[in-house]
Amino acid sequence: MINRTPRQPAIECRGLFQTFGESVALDDFDLVVEGGSIVSLLGPSGCGKTTALRAIAGFEPPDAGTVSIGGRSVFGDGVDVPPEKRRVGMVFQEYALFPHMTVSNNVGYGVTEEDRDARVAEVLEMAGLTGMGDRLPSELSGGEQQRVALARALAPRPDVVLLDEPFSNLDAPQRERMRRDVRRILRDAGATAVFVTHDQAEALAISDEVAVMRTGHVVQVGSPLDVYQRPADPWVAAFLGESLTLEGIARDGSVKTDLGSFPAAGVSDGPAQVVIRPEWIVPTPAPEGEATVVDREYYGHDQMLLIELADGRRVQARVGPRPVLDPGDLVDLTFEDAVVFPER
Amino acid sequence: MTAPQVVGVTEPPQAPPSPTGRRAPWWLWAAGVAVVLPLLLPLLSLFARVLGSTGAAVDILFDLRTVELAIRSTALTVLVTGTAMVIGVAAAWLTTSAALPGRRAWAVIVPLPLVIPSYVLALAFLAASGPRGTLASITGWDVPVLDGLPGAWLALTLSTFPFVYLMVAAALLRLDPALEDAARGLGASRWRVFWTVTIPQLRPAIGAGALLVALYTLSDFGAVSLMRFPAFTSVIYAQYAGRLDRTPAAVLSVLLVVIALVIIWAEGRTRGRAAYHSHRPPRARTPEPLSTGETAGGLVFLGTLVTLGVLVPVLVLVTWAWRGASVGESVTIHWGAVGGSLLGSSLAAVVAMAAAIPVVVLIVRYRGRASTWLERTVFVAFSLPHIAVALAVVFFAVRFLGPLYQSLALLVVVYASIFLAQATGSSKASLLQVDPSVEEASRSLGKGPLQTLRLITVPLIRPGLLAGGALVFLTTMKELPATLLLRPTEFDTLAVRIWSAADELFYARAAASALVLLALSAVPLYYLVLRTNPAKGAT
Repeated sequence: MINRTPRQPAIECRGLFQTFGESVALDDFDLVVEGGSIVSLLGPSGCGKTTALRAIAGFEPPDAGTVSIGGRSVFGDGVDVPPEKRRVGMVFQEYALFPHMTVSNNVGYGVTEEDRDARVAEVLEMAGLTGMGDRLPSELSGGEQQRVALARALAPRPDVVLLDEPFSNLDAPQRERMRRDVRRILRDAGATAVFVTHDQAEALAISDEVAVMRTGHVVQVGSPLDVYQRPADPWVAAFLGESLTLEGIARDGSVKTDLGSFPAAGVSDGPAQVVIRPEWIVPTPAPEGEATVVDREYYGHDQMLLIELADGRRVQARVGPRPVLDPGDLVDLTFEDAVVFPER
Repeated sequence: MTAPQVVGVTEPPQAPPSPTGRRAPWWLWAAGVAVVLPLLLPLLSLFARVLGSTGAAVDILFDLRTVELAIRSTALTVLVTGTAMVIGVAAAWLTTSAALPGRRAWAVIVPLPLVIPSYVLALAFLAASGPRGTLASITGWDVPVLDGLPGAWLALTLSTFPFVYLMVAAALLRLDPALEDAARGLGASRWRVFWTVTIPQLRPAIGAGALLVALYTLSDFGAVSLMRFPAFTSVIYAQYAGRLDRTPAAVLSVLLVVIALVIIWAEGRTRGRAAYHSHRPPRARTPEPLSTGETAGGLVFLGTLVTLGVLVPVLVLVTWAWRGASVGESVTIHWGAVGGSLLGSSLAAVVAMAAAIPVVVLIVRYRGRASTWLERTVFVAFSLPHIAVALAVVFFAVRFLGPLYQSLALLVVVYASIFLAQATGSSKASLLQVDPSVEEASRSLGKGPLQTLRLITVPLIRPGLLAGGALVFLTTMKELPATLLLRPTEFDTLAVRIWSAADELFYARAAASALVLLALSAVPLYYLVLRTNPAKGAT
């Protein structure tokens, strides 16, 4: 791809604001994407993630802020580069293939005349579409259309590729395969990519970095591991996966709750929240146990147990295929990990 | 199908503008404004001219003859509208809600008079009646001439009742039959249910259809002039053609435009409310069973409509053309007029399709206050009486355009401007079906707005554009008053031939041209019907 001086971010958005009538879509939106990385923009629907993507692509100029792509300013300070000059590849939710053109003509649309044939063949092969060049989009399956859309976006060798909920139109088994395919194709192309998604599992699985968005604002950026295991606040913790929240009091680097004490280095004394993910809860069969297994969802490779505590509270624990615990069994609970947040 | 779909035009939406991304490029706006200027400038200049000559204008306005004229035009409009409403509602109920034999076939046949120009219907009735007429020659009776108010009334009612029919039939099909069933269950008679439940729900559709009929009647020139009924349009033409001082024609045109604008405004409001009920009914209507007598009555009623509106006119035209030919009258087809009709209509269709592109992109992709106004202007231009619009263009061209006056170029531009709404109507429907992200994809692949328009948007809306072009072709071919006023001296069309031959009582000659016109219209009409037929799967 393009040679870039190291440390030059591929995308840099600073202080983007965007309102549509009454509703605020972007509210001081900041995002920095390093070259060659795959970043997902994750947030609940209506949080402004698609608006952010459209601001980067140039379809919807924001009210304020700056955007630069590959070190070149494309928006802000009187600059507003139109979409066709931003060198941004876009993969749309509905794919937006040109229905009146063959696959080859779709893919070759953004490529200059001279190297069109060679580049089209190359990209089609990369996307696993060899031999389909003469078909029309209407003759393709959903997954194939998806790959054509990606190949078309990659063909002009853009600085960055933006993908707007690219898998939402596929059924579950297809989605997982496409997720892997797309990641491989983007890797092979050495592309910098930004995904928009509201699916936590998808964001965690596909990206190098996850930027979690809420109400027009990025609240946390980090590796999938980071954002899942060390969420920045209770909202991120809850948004990224199931969790149990306990109230407690922090003192001298530990938090005391009714389910025991948890280490809380660096948390100032006072009320605090402890967030525990289901897989951090370890039930051990114990004839004198204080908790009871109430229900079990068995998935084969793992299982989710619903456990009732002595005081009637119910918690979820995700465990491996073993131990086999049946409803009614008594257990003791231990906690492998926890995240502590000081009370606001 | 609704009446606006038949004329290829739908009322602009009243919805609030939605925010979209970038602003439209300047050249798109320049093109969008440029296509409405050819009619907007002359109309504004006509208003300025009349307002500038206040003394003369007031004299003419309050002249007793103007008052009489207004009364006559109003009387005709009220008569035609009232009759068309009754006939349209009755026919719509029979074809949608009654268990009449051949219901589906009737639904297709009943609106057919819509394709026959009003002046051809008028010609047919004139040629059928009177001492020389077809009826007299068959029966030997002493048949009076059917002209004046009764003649105009009959011809215009038959050519306008389909507007009411189509709107009401569409509304009836959307109606939830549960309401009528509930009323029947409460013990109300069928007649009472019709008046107390059905009619109130149809009121918006009837109102919109009636206003459309009123507008059409007020604007019609061909039928009233052949029937020698001095209404606004025919008097304006007589004033323009016969007098050196053209101020009276200008003042009357302004008056006519103002009345038309009021009707257009009222119609828009009614239509807005009519659309409110346009959801799909939970289940289809079960046709109402009819007694033998009722069935017979219904069949006679619909049969009479079709006979008077289609069969009689065509048969009369055929007999006149035949009779004329057999007595050696020159009824040879005038190839110059055929060529003129085809040339003028094709050029108008092409220009209108080209002009529709910027308008449609602006009103669909860049919705806002300005583009809503653009859409309204295009719609109003289509709805105004052609005689007044054409007269405005004449005045404007004589003063400012010099050599363009009475040129084919100007005539084609006026055709295209008047019928632009038909080209934008179907293209708009096409563009609404194109996902905007397809165009955005083209932009982010490095193509600018103009290239995107050429490579993506226009190819994707081509079916709609072509259908719009076919519709413009069809209506231009029938166009009369603008052609009469603006045609180059050596330029002739079938419409002009029919009208002037009929006006000079050469019915055989007029009949031959009218038959050619109907035959030529059938081709684009067939294409359009084929296209709107969902069974064929075309878009």
